[in-house]
Amino acid sequence: MTGDGLGDIWVITEQRNGRTKAASYALISRAWKLADECQSRVATVCLSQGVEDAGQLAAYGADKVYLLDGPAPDGWNDDAYVKELVDLAGREKPGVILATSGSLGSSVIPRVAVALGTGVAANCISLDFDPQSRMLVQTRPAFGGTLMANMVFPKKRPQIATVRPHAFKKGEPNSARRGEMIRVDFDRQSVTAKTKLLNVVKDLTEKVRLDEAEIVVCGGRGLGKAENFGFVAELADVLGAALGTSRPPVDDGWITYAHQVGQTGKTVSPRLYIACGVAGAPQHLAGMQTSEIIVAINEDPKAPIFEVATYGIVGDLFKIVPLLTKKLREARG
Amino acid sequence: MNVIVCIKQVPAKIKIEIDAKTGTLASGGVDRAINPPDLYALEEGIRIKERTKGKVTVLTMGLAKADESLKEAVGYGADEAILLSDPAFEGSDTWATSHVLAKAIKKIGQFDLVLCGKQSIDGETGQVGPMLAEALGVPFVSLVNKIEELGQTSIKVMRMSDEGHQLIEMMLPGVINVVKEINVPRIPSLRGLMAAKKAAIPVWNAQELGIDPATIGLAGSPTRVAKVFFPQRAAKGEMLQGDTEGQVDQLLEKLRQTKAI
Amino acid sequence: MEYFLSEQQKTLKGLARQIAEQRILPVRAELDEREEFPWDLIKEMASSDLLRVFVPEEYDGLGGGCFDLCLVVEELSRVCGGIAISYAANALGVLPLILYGSDVQKKKYLPAVASGARLAAFAVTEATAGSDASAIRTSARRDGDHYVLNGTKQFITNGGEAEIYTVVVMTDAAKGSRGASALVVEKGTPGFTFGKKEKKMGIRSSATRELVFRDCHVPAENLISREGMGFIVAMRTLDRSRPGVGAQALGIAQGALEAAAEYAQQRVQFGHPISAIQAVQHMLANMATELEAARALVYATARTIDAGAKSFTEESAMAKLFASDMAMRVTTDAVQILAGAGYMRDYPVEKMMRDAKITQIYEGTNQVIRNAIALEVLKRKAKQG
Repeated sequence: MTGDGLGDIWVITEQRNGRTKAASYALISRAWKLADECQSRVATVCLSQGVEDAGQLAAYGADKVYLLDGPAPDGWNDDAYVKELVDLAGREKPGVILATSGSLGSSVIPRVAVALGTGVAANCISLDFDPQSRMLVQTRPAFGGTLMANMVFPKKRPQIATVRPHAFKKGEPNSARRGEMIRVDFDRQSVTAKTKLLNVVKDLTEKVRLDEAEIVVCGGRGLGKAENFGFVAELADVLGAALGTSRPPVDDGWITYAHQVGQTGKTVSPRLYIACGVAGAPQHLAGMQTSEIIVAINEDPKAPIFEVATYGIVGDLFKIVPLLTKKLREARG
Repeated sequence: MNVIVCIKQVPAKIKIEIDAKTGTLASGGVDRAINPPDLYALEEGIRIKERTKGKVTVLTMGLAKADESLKEAVGYGADEAILLSDPAFEGSDTWATSHVLAKAIKKIGQFDLVLCGKQSIDGETGQVGPMLAEALGVPFVSLVNKIEELGQTSIKVMRMSDEGHQLIEMMLPGVINVVKEINVPRIPSLRGLMAAKKAAIPVWNAQELGIDPATIGLAGSPTRVAKVFFPQRAAKGEMLQGDTEGQVDQLLEKLRQTKAI
Repeated sequence: MEYFLSEQQKTLKGLARQIAEQRILPVRAELDEREEFPWDLIKEMASSDLLRVFVPEEYDGLGGGCFDLCLVVEELSRVCGGIAISYAANALGVLPLILYGSDVQKKKYLPAVASGARLAAFAVTEATAGSDASAIRTSARRDGDHYVLNGTKQFITNGGEAEIYTVVVMTDAAKGSRGASALVVEKGTPGFTFGKKEKKMGIRSSATRELVFRDCHVPAENLISREGMGFIVAMRTLDRSRPGVGAQALGIAQGALEAAAEYAQQRVQFGHPISAIQAVQHMLANMATELEAARALVYATARTIDAGAKSFTEESAMAKLFASDMAMRVTTDAVQILAGAGYMRDYPVEKMMRDAKITQIYEGTNQVIRNAIALEVLKRKAKQG
């Protein structure tokens, strides 16, 4: 542990096809800022070798990069991951362990925590260092997002938190930064795997599931015709969002019923709901009004959607949506 | 198969108030119900019992009135239900909760499978299942949406992953948490509900479970809630003014500030 | 209003509501549109023991009373009148057996109905005998150890889907209304067929068909009670089942009132929800008040029947009359409150209005019901005078 700060901050990163996911980079960026505030160091842990962008991790803030021996990136071995992380953490004694909530965050991380004798603050949207108490404050939503709770770890270490994918943004890399690459070999035989991956079925239908998406972008009658759904789909794509629709486009055959949000369609409650050219009829609102943040874009200032919108833009969606998409794409880099 | 289902009693409607002075939750006087995601675990457990002519035991850690939810579970078709309750348990975080459940399961003795719902509608952590598995020293699979095969020493399950689905074989005994796609919970029968009202629900406290109170509850939990507050939300929507570019820039800034993107 | 239900009644009501909201609600519009009999839902209700409610305990039932039945029918009707009637007509079909059947007959037919294995239906109405029930012409001629049936019953609810039919027929036309008898006829009996399924204004998921008897041989042991008891069986049966029609009307009206109130709070015109407009508020107030008055009357009648009242023809008729007329007014007002949207099939209230209408018609049109009530009033006056 370094001084009386947080100790080493570890970020467990996730890769897809050999490349580290954006959410992991975002987490490293945040960890770097936290480390700065309390004179700590950041280490990233990659659960597989063959990580093509391992060098980039240092640029975003990692002082150390642990490359763990592991099966192919698309493989599975929760039992091995748990043991590897527990062993490594037991030896190196980090003060904080961070991971993205999701598949890993809901299965491996809690087990690691119990094995290390500590707890987890799950699905956080904010991490802050309190200079007075010298504690990490982890903020997470509860009760369907209507309430926020600040969690702290009074005594147990390491402090472990899983973080929602959109909580932080990827920072600016510093290509001059160098990190220490540490290969950790691991005796696979020492793990008695009690679970085994038999088969993988890739989902070819929806890119992002509508009812579980963090962000939903929705088109309505204001789009005018089927082709114009393309604008909305592009915005959804750049945001990693699910594509939704109100009822009229479905009735007119512009888009399939599977995307319909509303009383006779799906009910969604994402972190962000962007309605483009949607009037906001009661049956539609019934399906999305509990979304945390609602953005409405419509040329009619009297459209009912503005009554539930957190942010409203009265204007031409054919100008606004493409511009929004363009700026988001540029920021993503 | 000997199946154990862990359930939680939660507020029937999510509407809470914060005690202005202490900054903590003022719960009480709210209708309580079985955590809806747990109903899918319960249904799956009962189906397994019917397929294998086995037994379902339902557990919950909660206040005294959680026994109503346990009786309801018996009404659905569970064979037995046990309430884990003790003032020392209050204020337990997910770690402490999973340890109490683990102790109870160890006291029960032999089991083949533990089923949990994906997460509770109030805490929404989804951590108890995997923590419980680790505390019991048994394997765990999350997000199960189908049980493909039930064997004597292992089961095959389909789980949801980021890119699709995975077929996993898990050795027994083990723990799984299930998603709502796994089944459609049955409606209980009248005779079942009426018989369940008379069911005797044993209550196990810290002493009976052999738990040192210092290791659980508010005192023993690794994490603590320092403060609860309502998230900042605009009272009424904000209309963004200006030209197109200006509106878009403002929107992006607001969304970033509120961490929506 | 708090009606102080027992624990058991609360459980029953809660279960019926759970089935209504979780299973019936998602499919009610489609079943209405397709005029499809709700077999899947019947099976669900059966596996929850809901069909045991109206069967005595000795015959695998739960021995529920009139009030229990009303509670279930009301909850089901709140979500769909068509599915509720399929349930209620089933209860009506076995009521003659429960009231007048022999132990042998009850043992033979009731357990299958309690388990949901077989459905029942009650048949009196014919083309020439609606309100004038005594004008029925379906004959049952005794021939050895059989009755031979000839004739056609009209507008029979559950017709074609049910397997057990309690039918009122003429065994001795010369004796007029004392010449009728009640018989059990099973589906599949040679000479017993069904007419086409009727296309109705409402309760479209319910099946309504003609029963056609052509030299249909029915075993003599299927006679319920004695020859000549037909109309007494029918009248006593209807006395007990009319509160159930009242309960159906209550439920439909309740669903309509809730839909109207919810819509009024969401629909914004002139800058505020229409629920702020006094005209709308007064409509809702009237709807709620007469619904509650009808409920009080139906419940009081059901409870008085269960408590063992000797005669309740008048009260039973009143409960049915008042609740059904109320339901027609309330559902009409609900459509009016939803206005344009209420006229559209996308919204549930037009169906409720279509469904409510039949409650003013079957089990005695409200006109013939008024005749019956008037007779009772005058009988009383005559006694006092």
